Amino acid sequence: MNTNDQQHPVSDTASPETGDAPEKRKNGSGWIILLFFVIGFIGSLLGGWLVFPELLYSEKQQPIDFDHELHMAQVYEGCQSCHYFRKDGSFSGIPDLYSCSGCHQYPMGTNPEEEKFIEQYVRPNKEVPWLVYSKQPDCVFFSHAAHVKGADMECRTCHGNMAQSNHSRPYQENRLTGYSRDIWGYNIARLGKPKYGLRMKMNDCADCHERETGHKGACFQCHQ
Amino acid sequence: MKEEQGDKHTKRYGMVIDLDKCTGCGACMVACYAENNVPFKKNETDKLDSLNWIRIFQLTNGRSYPDTEICYLPMPCQHCDGIGKHGHPPCVSVCPAIATDYDYSTGVVSQIPTRCFGCRYCMAACPYHARKFNWWDPVWPADTEKYLNPNVSARMRGVVEKCTFCFHRYQQARDKAYLEGRDEIYESEYQPACAQACPTNAITFGDLNNPDHAVYKLKNSPRAFRLLERLHTNPKVYYLSSKSWVRRAGDNYLENESRPESNRQKIHHK
Repeated sequence: MNTNDQQHPVSDTASPETGDAPEKRKNGSGWIILLFFVIGFIGSLLGGWLVFPELLYSEKQQPIDFDHELHMAQVYEGCQSCHYFRKDGSFSGIPDLYSCSGCHQYPMGTNPEEEKFIEQYVRPNKEVPWLVYSKQPDCVFFSHAAHVKGADMECRTCHGNMAQSNHSRPYQENRLTGYSRDIWGYNIARLGKPKYGLRMKMNDCADCHERETGHKGACFQCHQ
Repeated sequence: MKEEQGDKHTKRYGMVIDLDKCTGCGACMVACYAENNVPFKKNETDKLDSLNWIRIFQLTNGRSYPDTEICYLPMPCQHCDGIGKHGHPPCVSVCPAIATDYDYSTGVVSQIPTRCFGCRYCMAACPYHARKFNWWDPVWPADTEKYLNPNVSARMRGVVEKCTFCFHRYQQARDKAYLEGRDEIYESEYQPACAQACPTNAITFGDLNNPDHAVYKLKNSPRAFRLLERLHTNPKVYYLSSKSWVRRAGDNYLENESRPESNRQKIHHK
C-alpha cells in the first residue's frame, strides 16, 4: 500500500508540466506496483507454506495421553470393542466415560495418565473432552455403517494404523476454519500420502467414490 | 447416473395426502419445525418473513353460508420429477450453484444450504412457493438450542431451505439396514415427521415405485390429483379429495373452463 501512496503524488505534480508524458509514467508506475504486489504475494505464500507451515494451526494436547496398542492387547473384538455400532446403525465414535469406567473404576496399573484419568474424570463422573482428529463440519453426514459394513472397509484405511499408536498425537486446529488439520491433510499442497490415514475433504471423498463406485454420488448422500 | 432410473433399486419416494381426512390442525407443521430445526420468530404473524417447510392452506368453495365448504391443504415441497422424469425440477434447472439437486436413487430433491449463496432463483422458479429464504440468522429462545435435532444442520442467514422429505431419516434407516445386512429398507423405517405426527393419518409416505407400499395404490385412486399438473412439473406429492371443487382448485382453471379429463389421463402414474 505504501508504494501506491508514494507514486500518486509524483504523477500528479508531473502532469501539468509535460503533457502526454504523465500517461506513460502512470502506466510505468502501475507495472511497478503490480510487480511489487506479485513479489509480495508470492513471497508471503512461500513464507507461509515453506518457512512457517505451522503458523496456520494451533496445537492442543489430548486431555489424556491414550495408548491404543496397550488397550488392543486387552480387548477381544479389536477396534469395535470400544468404537462400536449401536443397534440403530449409528456409530458410537469415541467411547464415553461409562465405557471406560467399566474397567477403570480403580487403577489397573501404575501409569500416571491412568491415575490422572481416574482422579479427574472417573471420580467426579465427568466426560473426557476428547479432541476428534477427524471431526467433520455440522452439515456432513458420514455413514460408518455404509463404509465398514456395506463396503467392508477397515478402520485403518481412513484413520491410519491407530491400533499401534502408543501416544495421542497433538490435535492441530486450523486457526481460520476451526477444523482439524487432518481434514485438509498435513501437506499444504495436498500431495503424497498423508502421515495419518486419509485426507478428509469433500474432494477426497468424491475421488474415492469415483474410483470405487464409478460416480461421485449425489449431494444428499453425505450432506444434511 | 441417469441409467439407474430403470434399476429395480431406484426409488421414487412420494407422499399422498388425503384432504378428506385433514382437519387442518397443524400438527404436521409443528412436527416439521421440531424435526428440521426450522427457525421461528417471536412474531409469526408476518407470513412473508416466516419460514416453514410445510404449510397448511385453507381452501373454500366461495359459496355463502349454508353451502360453504372448507378444505385444508398441507403443502410440503412437491419434489417434482420434471417432464419425463428427467430429474430437472424447476428449481434444479435454475440453480447456478448446484445447491439443489435431484437424487436419482430416491427421487428426493435435495437442498444443500451450505452450498447455496442465496440468489433465490429457485424460489422464483418454484410454482409451489415451497422454498423459504433465511432473512435472518436463527435465534433460538433460551435453552431451546439444546433441543435441536443433531441430525439436521441448522441454516444460516442468506440461504434458501426447503422440505427434504426428512432425508436424514432415510440415511439413518440405511445405516440400520447396512448393519443388519439388508439391501432394502422397510416402509415403516423411513417416514417423515409430518406423516408420523398426523393424528388422522391423512399423510401417507412411501416409495411410489414399490407396489407393496401404501402410496402405490393410493396415487392411482380416482380421488387423486396433483397441484398445477398442467405445468408438467410432475410432483411426487399426491392429494386425495372426494370433492370435485377441491380437485379443480389444484390447478389454475378459468371460471368457465371444463376440467380437461383427457389431460389427466396423459399423466403417467408410475
